[in-house]
Amino acid sequence: MDGQTLHRGRSSTDMSAIIEFENIGLRYGADAEVLSDISFSLSTGGFYFLTGASGAGKTSLLKLLYLAQRPSRGVLKLFGEDVVMMPRSRLPGFRRRIGVVFQDFRLVPHLSAYDNVALPLRLAGLDEREISGPVEEMLGWVGLGDRSGALPDSLSGGEQQRIAIARAVIGRPDILVADEPTGNVDADMAKRLLGLFEALNRLGTTIVIATHDLPLIGMIPHGQMMRLDRGRLIDPTGSLRFPPDKRPALIQGLALGKPG
Amino acid sequence: MTMDEQQRREGGGGFAWSQRAGRAARNRWLPQGRRGPMPWIIAIMMFLSTLAGGAGLALSNALERMHGELAGGQTAQIVEADAARRADQVRRVAAMLRADKAVRMVRIIPEEALAAQLEPWIGADAGADDLPIPALIDFELAPGTTPATLKAIAMRAKAMAPSVRIDSHELYLGPVERLMRLLMWLAAGVMALMILTTGAVVTIAARSAHTTHRGTIDIMHLLGATDVQIARLFQRRMALDALFGGALGLGAASVLLWLAGRFIAATDAELTQMIALPWRLAVLLPLIPIFGTLLAMLTARITVRHALERAL
Repeated sequence: MDGQTLHRGRSSTDMSAIIEFENIGLRYGADAEVLSDISFSLSTGGFYFLTGASGAGKTSLLKLLYLAQRPSRGVLKLFGEDVVMMPRSRLPGFRRRIGVVFQDFRLVPHLSAYDNVALPLRLAGLDEREISGPVEEMLGWVGLGDRSGALPDSLSGGEQQRIAIARAVIGRPDILVADEPTGNVDADMAKRLLGLFEALNRLGTTIVIATHDLPLIGMIPHGQMMRLDRGRLIDPTGSLRFPPDKRPALIQGLALGKPG
Repeated sequence: MTMDEQQRREGGGGFAWSQRAGRAARNRWLPQGRRGPMPWIIAIMMFLSTLAGGAGLALSNALERMHGELAGGQTAQIVEADAARRADQVRRVAAMLRADKAVRMVRIIPEEALAAQLEPWIGADAGADDLPIPALIDFELAPGTTPATLKAIAMRAKAMAPSVRIDSHELYLGPVERLMRLLMWLAAGVMALMILTTGAVVTIAARSAHTTHRGTIDIMHLLGATDVQIARLFQRRMALDALFGGALGLGAASVLLWLAGRFIAATDAELTQMIALPWRLAVLLPLIPIFGTLLAMLTARITVRHALERAL
């Protein structure tokens, strides 16, 4: 992918930590915490995987990352700023710097594939002339160049997922958060999409992918892993203890259902 | 394929196309299609508001005219059975009135005119010597004339015609004026209530639309939409509904007011004919739907922004 496709001017930060969690806890209403004592920091330009069993809290953690939820306690910093106490009027500016691939795609049902992909750029106020080229190129990239006028309902699950990915990366975000981004596509397409994420990562985007797909993790040699278990990071110190050199053993452990 | 899509594919079009395409795309963010009963409800509200407004303006105009025509208006009534004496007294009182600086107009009502007015009640004999009718002199006091001056005039008239009685027009038309004033305020009240109801209906509609499109709004929020961008969508939709409803309501009410005007003009009664809506006031009626549209936009904006503030 070239700079033309991801044309929006980057505002990359020089800080080493782009995401910082300090003793984060999250509960919904009066229920028990779904995330407890989460502390970690992610570096700018890093490639991270978030793993864990179903119900471990991956989606909740991602919600905090893409500002769909505020934590119940703790400090959450994005781009060096505490977003917990931030007035909500400032949140849209932060959200525009974060691309999100939702697990359930969350495409706007009455908008065409083209309009769905163009949505972040239009929300950012870009002129229509600056939008059409990148959107069509992106649709071509995800193999849906000929379905640009199709409504989401007329697309298969895999096609919808690809549209969701195209929408997430079109604005060349500083952070890309993806929840099971390859769950509905075949192996070839998964590889192609991962290539897209890698290209974006090479351009400086920090990638955070929640996935169960162990072969997918294996495809990114420089990626690092976090593992959640019942709302807690496996490593209570919060540092990322699963660098590439230890990953093969970990993946094997996950495959066998052992804790990391 | 739409024309915009065609142009987009062909890479054609310039700034104007880009602007238009951008606007069209933003307008699609909320689903198009059926709008529900909202425009029709607004049409009914605007119809009733315009009717009430028209009635209020016509009554206000009638009051203004009535006040202008009746202010200072007086009638001297001379009851004298002897025709020659009555004629002499009329002549002398009229001369005295004309000579007074406080009186700016004097008109002796011709006996034939009085007889004609009484004919329906007392037959063709009205005005005959054996059935005398009082003589009437209409006169108008100059603005600023005090009750003391009027009293002095009455005393002088009494000296010339002992049976004279002076009645102020305002005295017997006062109740009519008060009734018209009450009706005018009633019309204004109805209009104010209609406007309040329009605001309430728009609030409910905006809340309902916000709930219906919650999914789309959430997605847009997470993609970085501001509250203003989202509120603008609802504001535009409500403005279109209100404009449509307002135009329809104004049109229907205007036809009805015009018909009512024709009926009133046909009554041949001076008092009812005063209730007319002149063009200088009729042109104010379109302000009602315009105000209604602005109110709908503002209400939708406030309602949606208030609802959005509850989300993250």
